[in-house]
Amino acid sequence: MTGKGGTGKTTVAASLALALAAEGRRVLLVEVEERQGIAQLFETEALPYEERRIASASGGGEVNALAIDAELAMLDYLEMFYKLGRAGRALRKLGAIDFATTVAPGIRDVLLTGKVCEAVRRKDKAGWPVYDAVVLDAPPTGRITRFLNVNDEVAGLARMGPIHNQAQAVMRVLKSPQTAIHLVTLLEEMPVQETMDGVAELRAAGLPVGAVIVNMVRPVLLGDADLARAAEDSGAVAAGKRRTAVAKALSQAGLGGARRGGVAERLVDPLLAQAHEHAQRVVLEREQRAAIAGLGLPVRELELLGDGVDLGGLYRLADSLRKQAVPGGTQAAGGDAAQGPYDGEDLYEAAYPDGAGPDTADEAAEAPEAPEAPEAPEAAQEGAAGPAADGDL
Amino acid sequence: MSLESPVLEIDPLLDDRKNRIIVCCGSGGVGKTTTAAALGVRAAERGRTAVVLTIDPARRLAQSMGLTELDNTPREVAGIDRSAGGSLHAMMLDMKRTFDEVVVQHSDPERARAILENPFYQSLSAGFAGTQEYMAMEKLGQLRAQDAWDLIIVDTPPSRSALDFLDAPKRLGSFLDGRFIKLLMAPAKVGGRAGVKFLNIGMSMMTGTLNKVMGASLLRDIQTFVAAMDTMFGGFRTRADATYRLLQAPGTAFLVVAAPERDALREAAYFVERLADEDMPLAGLVLNRVHGSGAAQLTAERALAAAEELEDWAADEAEGSGESAESAGPGESGGSAGGGPGGSDVALTGKNDDRRIVDHGAGHADSRQDRPDDAGTERLAAGLLRLHAERMQVVARERRTRDRFVSVHPEVPMIEVTALPGDVHDLEGLRAIGEELAEGQPAAA
Repeated sequence: MTGKGGTGKTTVAASLALALAAEGRRVLLVEVEERQGIAQLFETEALPYEERRIASASGGGEVNALAIDAELAMLDYLEMFYKLGRAGRALRKLGAIDFATTVAPGIRDVLLTGKVCEAVRRKDKAGWPVYDAVVLDAPPTGRITRFLNVNDEVAGLARMGPIHNQAQAVMRVLKSPQTAIHLVTLLEEMPVQETMDGVAELRAAGLPVGAVIVNMVRPVLLGDADLARAAEDSGAVAAGKRRTAVAKALSQAGLGGARRGGVAERLVDPLLAQAHEHAQRVVLEREQRAAIAGLGLPVRELELLGDGVDLGGLYRLADSLRKQAVPGGTQAAGGDAAQGPYDGEDLYEAAYPDGAGPDTADEAAEAPEAPEAPEAPEAAQEGAAGPAADGDL
Repeated sequence: MSLESPVLEIDPLLDDRKNRIIVCCGSGGVGKTTTAAALGVRAAERGRTAVVLTIDPARRLAQSMGLTELDNTPREVAGIDRSAGGSLHAMMLDMKRTFDEVVVQHSDPERARAILENPFYQSLSAGFAGTQEYMAMEKLGQLRAQDAWDLIIVDTPPSRSALDFLDAPKRLGSFLDGRFIKLLMAPAKVGGRAGVKFLNIGMSMMTGTLNKVMGASLLRDIQTFVAAMDTMFGGFRTRADATYRLLQAPGTAFLVVAAPERDALREAAYFVERLADEDMPLAGLVLNRVHGSGAAQLTAERALAAAEELEDWAADEAEGSGESAESAGPGESGGSAGGGPGGSDVALTGKNDDRRIVDHGAGHADSRQDRPDDAGTERLAAGLLRLHAERMQVVARERRTRDRFVSVHPEVPMIEVTALPGDVHDLEGLRAIGEELAEGQPAAA
């Protein structure tokens, strides 16, 4: 889950994790920016660097959260892959860990993506994936392609050896249909522009783009006709008449006198000014919606929560995401197809584990091909998740 | 009713010639870049020779300042009123080019080429997380040293945490102090000193480990890179330290930019505390995108109650007249999807058929010229009231969020900037924001 700063991507990522858990899945929600955004949303104390259950749902679903700390991830990684407990500590003493996680920040991204893919591929003793889904609250849109693609870069730098192999294994997971990169945006110019640029970059890099999630959608409170009137020049003669009529209506509704200078009359100008702004905003939002629709991706919308996002609001958003999951074949921009039976899962495709260790990642990338025939290119993209989700369990 | 904080006075800040650097910081998506640009325009039009250093401006904002390319050179912004003797330049930071320039400037040609061609350098400089922060600091130092501008306005990078900007020099420092880099560069040298035994053990473990982890070729690339950068690093660090001290010195002012939202203000509060810890001079908080209302005397509750009443009447009237009922029908069916794909019209009207509504109005005017379109007017009035109620709820929420910040940091001067319906993409828009920053004063000094 990525998005421009300020679009609420952490909130949306958490909602998606809750929505998945509500379907009975075991979900891992990962944060990589060391901001403790998840803890704040779930109203718990700061998360340590360990997987911890933060929500559970009926049907066995649960959300576990992990706030990755780059330095600890590095030691963890060295320990896990190279059994370097002691040498790892020595490296730390020598400042190597500091070097790796800060001064050469690319390595930081390698560690973070590596940790996420490890969680995706982790199996329990019986060989079942530990998590049905991993939701990553990723870096912002401007950085997402480089972040996810860092392993390609690394594989190019370290032309052989364990780092090279590991980097390639991670790339295989990230570029497989198990992965979907969702972009969160607002209906404003800059976030939408950044989303379009981000989608273009991701596509160019061969990374699988999922859905666009429009967050904080505000209600349109005036009908088209009234919007058109509100957008008109307020100096027109018709507008003058309307002012008087509106003043009268306000007065009748008990808001004071309608005559010039009366309490109701004095409300008219500010109210019309607000309507004018509202109309402008609606026009801008329609333009942005059209631009988003032009991407040919599934689009989901989440309403603005008037009182800010608290835990209750988070569950409401999760519910809204569940309701909007449409059957696989629906056209890309369809917002009106919501409420359909829940079976398509274009949103729900954040890395479903089905490969084994790093060595079998090839298989992981190839395994989950769609059993249902895609009807159109867009549909194929959308539908790819469903089978991956329920894939070879 | 609401808490008061001192007013952040922008004009004195911009006018004081002793102020040479203004840093705008804050979390992403709060209008940081726009604020920096607006300050630049205003400072220039009040007589300062100003330059705005932006990191990653939105395309149209960049165009509004005449920046069409990312070429790492300050360009003069056309259309600035120069009557007060000022001017405005603006530039976008090109990380890779800044890094390359540093390399070329601080090493001999042969070594520079070795560094520039090193694959490790190439991916490092292409801008992984973190590189932006170093390069922003580097560029700021350069611009300050050029002394061609008397005011530099910096827009900080959209970091994962806004604090990275401050940490950049320190990190570089701690890295250069680290023994790791010395080991990498000259293992033999270290072995010759005291503590030979320990270090030798450390060394063999090190080299083995690194080879194992990185693969020999990568290690060799890094070693070559670090060796080549060796002479440069010293200068790098000196400059980073100098820039850091510059930020603490009088003549620098930090502006924390935020929006009246919980997360943005939490980040702002954190930043305020952090600046205090680092002895960095905080000028105040710019609170962007604040909503207000010209009819604040009417509460949300009363507006909603009145709207309901008007809607009831409108419905009654529509029933009372067959003609009206038929025509007004579409306007009443609330809840269906309007406003484009996935629209979420929740309240008053659903997807209106524009044409029919307009025809309806016209029909009235023809047949009964002296009667106002009552149902239509009532519905319009109700819509206006619902809109107002929503606005008042937003105003109240923003006020609460703002007040929470003010109770914790009552000493921080603050200025609020009204939310605009759209984005800013021309000088006129930047001027308007500048005026708001200065409490409505026109730009002329």
